[in-house]
Amino acid sequence: MTLTFVDWSIMLIYFLFVLGIGIALKRYMKTSTDFFLSGRSIPAWVAGLAFLSANLGAQEVIGMGASGAKYGIATSHFYWIGAVPAMIFLGVFMMPFYYGSRARSVPEYLKLRFDEKTRGLNAISFAIMTVFSSGISLYAVGLLLQAILGWDFTVSILVSAVIVLVYVFLGGLTSAIYNEVLQFFLIVFGFAPLVILGLIDVGGWSGLQSRLATVATANGYGAGAWSDSWSYMGTASSNPMGIEWFGLAMGLGFVLSFGYWCTDFLVVQRAMAADSMTSARRTPIIASVPKMLFPFLVILPGMIAIALTYQAGKSGFALPHKPDGTFNYDMAVPLMLGHYFPTGMLGIGLTALLASFMSGMAGNVTAFNTVWTYDIYQSYIKRGASDQHYLWMGRMATVFGILLSVAAAFVATRFNNIMDMLQLVFAFVNAPLFATFLLGMFWKRTTGHGAFMGLLSGTLAAAIHHGLTLPMGASVGIKGGWLGPVHIYRSEMAQNFWAAIFAWTACFLVTIAVSMLSKPKPESELRGLVYSLTEKARDTGVVWYKRVTVVGAIVLLLTVVLNIIFW
Amino acid sequence: MGLDIRIPIGLMFALLGFVLVFAGLIMNSAVYQRSLGINVNLWWGLVLLVFGAVMLVLGARGRATVRPTDESLEGRKTEEREHQLGLEKETTSDE
Repeated sequence: MTLTFVDWSIMLIYFLFVLGIGIALKRYMKTSTDFFLSGRSIPAWVAGLAFLSANLGAQEVIGMGASGAKYGIATSHFYWIGAVPAMIFLGVFMMPFYYGSRARSVPEYLKLRFDEKTRGLNAISFAIMTVFSSGISLYAVGLLLQAILGWDFTVSILVSAVIVLVYVFLGGLTSAIYNEVLQFFLIVFGFAPLVILGLIDVGGWSGLQSRLATVATANGYGAGAWSDSWSYMGTASSNPMGIEWFGLAMGLGFVLSFGYWCTDFLVVQRAMAADSMTSARRTPIIASVPKMLFPFLVILPGMIAIALTYQAGKSGFALPHKPDGTFNYDMAVPLMLGHYFPTGMLGIGLTALLASFMSGMAGNVTAFNTVWTYDIYQSYIKRGASDQHYLWMGRMATVFGILLSVAAAFVATRFNNIMDMLQLVFAFVNAPLFATFLLGMFWKRTTGHGAFMGLLSGTLAAAIHHGLTLPMGASVGIKGGWLGPVHIYRSEMAQNFWAAIFAWTACFLVTIAVSMLSKPKPESELRGLVYSLTEKARDTGVVWYKRVTVVGAIVLLLTVVLNIIFW
Repeated sequence: MGLDIRIPIGLMFALLGFVLVFAGLIMNSAVYQRSLGINVNLWWGLVLLVFGAVMLVLGARGRATVRPTDESLEGRKTEEREHQLGLEKETTSDE
């Protein structure tokens, strides 16, 4: 792929605007609340688009395109059951506690609801995870730019990291949010023409369907395995994901999806920065509308890529192979950009790819600097200092958070296994989270000891499950089975989903058992933190499209319709 | 007071749209072979121009979308809580 002057100027314009926003916002960063929570003054639509965009890292755009090629339209489960219902649940039921308690972060809510040790556990593991996750994505992007554009790995990593550093350092969360909104539109406008051109090329949805039938039968599945989302989910062996409907609905649709969207501070922070309770509740609901439509933007290019590949010769497009002979699915989206976009439009497409990467990284960085400053530094290292001191600490945390990410990216180039191992441990830590929040918010008897022990048992259960199972064709080791494999899953994804189900169940049961045995907090301390002791948030008296329950119900209904159309 | 996000978004997309339209007008049509013979630079450039213009109009008419803490009700309450709990030292407001 070669770039010309036009493409370079487009990229340059984008960089100038991103940095310009940071510089323009610098003068508004007067207090720590400005820096970490945007002064709690962000309107709902801005917070909503940022909520979505912070999650929309390059791994999402590249990864969902790759899954589209690998699994077909079934990838939409990551959106339609793996995100939308959880986002609506967050807005309708959980936001009143997060926002109403005036906690400034998710760990701080845990401190108010439970106790110091539960907060500490969550804050420290979250801080470590965000730094390393952003390092891992930095590494992935560096490799990608090297592969498609021949850019130097070190230079592209450093340039991207420095740009994110500058705009977050100067403008804090506001700068991250503003850029996320800008990046959201860039991603939409950069990828939409790709989908349009691709669909014209393959003859619309029906043309794509018939071409995907070739892909499916060539791989030994039923004709619709790539173009139907549910029909082939009856058993794990009939679909390329290797998972059956129950594991999918419970593992992805319930445990992992609610665990991520309802508890991860990376996204929840955007809603906490909203200008009122109503706006905070509307934030995830507004985000769920584009989220519901995103499969068409990010999954379809991958599906078109695999369809073209199976007609190689006629289409002139082919996915490259990895050294082990399998397709290199991660190249699907970048190569599709090069296949359809002439110079000019190619600049927009690649800039959108860079934008998605930066918004994901900025999301990690702002979540990290806030949790570090509020939940670790202010809680355990220096309490009661001046506001200016914490503002300064937030800026320092931005610098060393990014330095650590860059260091992690370079470590990953040498020791790839360490990163795989870390991601595995993170999955163990995250899997049980939603059980703790669900019990904490809806059962006033839940205690701090219960929550803490529940989280530890959930993580342990995930680790034991991993030690006892293996995905098909894998050898004992990082993929599992180190305690002696007793069960073989059809795919790694099935193993992950079931690990989450076991972790959640263990956490749920242990939290209840330990809570029954320990002394609950007095009710007076739980007001505003637990469902039964909080005045219900009402949204009557505003127009229907501003009511979270009404809009939430409409989005859910539309999601059901989409599932039926692509059944 | 404050910077309305729609202004930079509008400016950037208008500028990108302009660059694309310009490229679409001057470039040899042979480059559009890969985009199925469609002059995607020209057409998509026009789309971006229109979007940018709409954002600029909305931004110019609407009110600012972010305010500093001391002008935001919820922001002030957050600061008050920090002082009450002793998380932060009280400071004079004219700092």
